[in-house]
Amino acid sequence: MMAIGIEHYLTLSAILFTIGIFGIFLNRKNVIIILMSVELMLLSVNVNLVAFSHFLGDMVGQVFAMLVLTVAAAEAAIGLAILVVFFRTRGSIAVEDVNMMKG
Amino acid sequence: MNSFIDLNLGLARPEIFLAIAALALLVIGVSLGDRHTRIVAWASVASLVVAIVLAITDSADGLAFHGLFVADDFARFAKVLSFGAAALAIIMSLDYAEREGMARFELPLLMLLASLGMALMISANDLISLYVGLELQSLALYVVAAIRRDTVKSTEAGLKYFVLGALSSGMLLYGSSLIYGFTGSTSFSVLAASLSGEASLGLIVGIAFLCAGLAFKVSAVPFHMWTPDVYEGAPTPITAFFAAAPKVAAITLFARVLVGPFGDLVAQWQQIIIFISVASMILGAVAAIGQKNIKRLMAYSSIGNVGYALVGLASGTQEGVSGLLIYMSIYVVMTIGAFAVILAMRRRGEAVEQISDLAGLSRTQPGLAAALAIFMFSMAGIPPFAGFFGKWFVFLAAIQAGLNVVAVIGVLASVVSAFYYIRIIKVMFFDEPAEAFDRVTPTLRLVLIGTVFVISFGFIAGAPFFDLSDSAASVLFAE
Repeated sequence: MMAIGIEHYLTLSAILFTIGIFGIFLNRKNVIIILMSVELMLLSVNVNLVAFSHFLGDMVGQVFAMLVLTVAAAEAAIGLAILVVFFRTRGSIAVEDVNMMKG
Repeated sequence: MNSFIDLNLGLARPEIFLAIAALALLVIGVSLGDRHTRIVAWASVASLVVAIVLAITDSADGLAFHGLFVADDFARFAKVLSFGAAALAIIMSLDYAEREGMARFELPLLMLLASLGMALMISANDLISLYVGLELQSLALYVVAAIRRDTVKSTEAGLKYFVLGALSSGMLLYGSSLIYGFTGSTSFSVLAASLSGEASLGLIVGIAFLCAGLAFKVSAVPFHMWTPDVYEGAPTPITAFFAAAPKVAAITLFARVLVGPFGDLVAQWQQIIIFISVASMILGAVAAIGQKNIKRLMAYSSIGNVGYALVGLASGTQEGVSGLLIYMSIYVVMTIGAFAVILAMRRRGEAVEQISDLAGLSRTQPGLAAALAIFMFSMAGIPPFAGFFGKWFVFLAAIQAGLNVVAVIGVLASVVSAFYYIRIIKVMFFDEPAEAFDRVTPTLRLVLIGTVFVISFGFIAGAPFFDLSDSAASVLFAE
């Protein structure tokens, strides 16, 4: 039976973070998927913070994680609100339709 | 009760005042409705002025909120600058909002809340308060960019700004979590005391991620992609706000984080800053040449200007940070002035924003043309206008720190960028006149006269101002 150490948590978090970044840049379909990827990045940071907090025996990391959760909720709400007004004017939320300005 | 006194709330007087003012104005705005936007807007400007007065009159230094918040000369300098820029942006947005039919009381309020976020960023003394202040600012700015919710351009600008801003917050947070994990603390004071010489790999990766997140916020290359689109799409007074106030807050935060807690690791982060500053200067100079839209041109110009300001930070010395503060102060005045001219570009009630629309402006509106010419000469760095002194101090600091190559690249980049600044002057003074613009509104005229005066005759007040920025910068280097 292998003991789960901090490196496992860090690897998990790094993988989740990378999936989040790739989700933003490789996704060509839907802006909602970008919002999901952003959320995934923030949650991977929380895994990092809680794991460090546990292994350092320090509470600050968990406080930080709580604040990140709160701000992430506010951020998701604002992101969806902007997406709704964009859909009303443009009639689409496909990533390739976010293209009025270029250069 | 004792722990309440320990909070040292008195040190955060400007922020507490702004928070209460914003909430009170929200209630007033809701009960008066959109027809009384002017009252809310002028009250927001008055709150910012009161916050400036509170920041100047309170000269006590120290930590508040159990070490999360710091009040010092550096913070006061940056706060006065960003509050002033925010107040001018609100004043400029008044006439525009009414003419474009987008007068809503939420607009000045969101700008007020963004200013509060900036003040918290500037005074952050902990990775947690840094993040919360940055998000308060960013969340307000995302909404402000999309404030014209009936136009595709503005909503698209808001969406792009949101996606890339959220990405940058994620990178900043990932960096913060690594710094916390590899040092065991998030407090700048503890980090400054415990870090020296050798840094672990995890810490360096954390600092790199933190720098990437902050570089997004100051729109430095290679994290600048959002800038031209957001600047073009957002309503013009909002663009003026974006170009001035948040830049000051983010770049001073950049300086505080790198010089404060990571001051002993200068060898580790100096290369990152040198790279992004050189890349920003070159891109800002080259990419602006082909632009036809003046707001996009200002976007690339602001990328270049951030590059010059970061030269000061790259030198990692007190002179460098002092140069950065001088550069940003002058940059804010030039930018507000240039955007006041762009706001005056209206023909038969319609806003126009192509550079060709400025043709022959010297014959139809000589005052406006002269004002824009002064701002462009100043941005190009031609003495005796203030822009020259900003560049002088950052390049001087770079040479004193032995970064001769960076200084030479900076001078070359500013020669290249002089081409497109002076092209605007050529269009205004030597091209066949286009149809005249509408009359300039009195408030805009007042802003223009003030900024032209500062840029042209600012050097008279030079010495005391440089002393001020030097004493502000010395705070970060005090051991």
